[in-house]
Amino acid sequence: MHTSEFRPLDVERIRKDFPIFATEPPLAFLDNAASTQTPRPVVDAMDAYYDTYRSNIHRGIYRISEEATEQYERAREKVAQLINAPRTRQVIFTRNTTESINLVAYSWGTENIREGDEIVLTVMEHHSNLVPWQLLAQRTGAVLRFLEITDEGLLDFAQLRDCLTEKTKLVAMGHVSNVLGTINPIQSVIDAAHAVGAKVVVDAAQSVPHFHVDVQQLDCDFLAFSGHKMCGPTGIGVLYGKMELLEEMPPFLGGGSMIRSVERDISSYAELPAKFEAGTPSIAEAIGLGQAVDYITQANLAAIHVHEQELLKYAHQRLKEIEGITLYGPSAPHQKTGVISFNLDGIHPHDVAGILDTHGVALRAGHHCAQPLMKRLDVIATVRASFYLYNTVEDVDRLYEGLCRTQKLMTRRK
Amino acid sequence: MNIYQEELLDHYENPSNYGTLPNPDISHEEDNPLCGDQIRIDLLVEDDKIKEVRFCGHGCTISLAAASMLTEEIEGKSLDEVKQLSKDDILDMIGIPLGPVRLKCALLPLKVLKAGAYGITSWPGEEDK
Repeated sequence: MHTSEFRPLDVERIRKDFPIFATEPPLAFLDNAASTQTPRPVVDAMDAYYDTYRSNIHRGIYRISEEATEQYERAREKVAQLINAPRTRQVIFTRNTTESINLVAYSWGTENIREGDEIVLTVMEHHSNLVPWQLLAQRTGAVLRFLEITDEGLLDFAQLRDCLTEKTKLVAMGHVSNVLGTINPIQSVIDAAHAVGAKVVVDAAQSVPHFHVDVQQLDCDFLAFSGHKMCGPTGIGVLYGKMELLEEMPPFLGGGSMIRSVERDISSYAELPAKFEAGTPSIAEAIGLGQAVDYITQANLAAIHVHEQELLKYAHQRLKEIEGITLYGPSAPHQKTGVISFNLDGIHPHDVAGILDTHGVALRAGHHCAQPLMKRLDVIATVRASFYLYNTVEDVDRLYEGLCRTQKLMTRRK
Repeated sequence: MNIYQEELLDHYENPSNYGTLPNPDISHEEDNPLCGDQIRIDLLVEDDKIKEVRFCGHGCTISLAAASMLTEEIEGKSLDEVKQLSKDDILDMIGIPLGPVRLKCALLPLKVLKAGAYGITSWPGEEDK
């Protein structure tokens, strides 16, 4: 989160890279925890592939295929640098975070998890870091254990010590909650898990786009994230894994590209990362992700984090002025990223988002793929606003004004 | 026109037939897994006609207003007539265009009704898909 060359974001200049904000009034896009907007340079990089060197990668004995291969692999290098992976081939391209986690659950999980083994999760996991482990537990007879949260929306860290035993084989945890924005003490969790010999999968979908994440410093065993939440296109995600684990793991999907040689009844498999990239991958999308990494790196992740913290502080302050609002999650901005979940008394979250939409404010309303957390919070759904590098104080003001109008409209005769 | 127009809000704030029946002939409840909205419909049927209807549950303006309008529509009708009600009938009642997500909110009450009365489990308008 800290670099020596800190400079604040030039938000006005950044917004010019996003044609979607060119309308008047501009779209107040506050659904970044679901998916972010795509800047022109990222679209241009994908267009350049389609317009000038469109071809399949690997094994092509002609110039544009070589260029496509080179750009695809260059994108991998950029991702590896972003998360400080020791070796570039520890970066596996997948479709998204969900596929990355499923890859671990099927390949590593099936090989290493036995009946009675315990998998530790938290009650705030996104379904993508819950259902794959449920499926694994059903296949193997393993047991899922859940860490609770405090009423403040923080991980109940004290419970971790009781939860971690010699039976624990895996801890799978979101780095940042997609609903509450809570930044989990992932470093301490990893250290504690390793002390009992458990591996750790980090769902970093909500962290890598927003602050610097260093896999070597964390010493995590696996880390997963998606391109589309960090200014990249949809259809491209990343799995990072420790070298020795990835090498021992059996393939996940079988097919082209992932083999060394194929006999009628048996095959030998390619080296990393190809072993886990069966079939023609998302080439344009990987190239787009590489450009997105450049984009957020040039903007500076530390500056993005500071910008989001400022918006978060301002939004907390404004939203608290509203009577009948309930905010969920930590109240101290430094404990969370730019995500605010809330409800207005007596008004269904869908109505809130529906009315705000008519005012040009894009919010998410629902269970946010975190139904166990909704149960814990004792709500059916929440409204969620989430920020990224292009959001402004004016976006927050429009959110505030829209919420006031919503209350007026929905409670006029009560 | 806005989806939050007067007529819908009236139904939402003062819904018709809200509540339950003590001894319903048919009682069915379903939810919309997308948003957690939940609607239950109770029917009292006499001579194949819907004599009384009540609904309850929780949901957004669209789903609750649609339930209120639907129950007004079906009271006194025969089960055969009610079976013919379609997605378009609901949209006519609502009177405004809806996007695909909110469409599900509007259709939930009809889905509950058809599942309870006839065991039809598909979403209205998606029967052949």
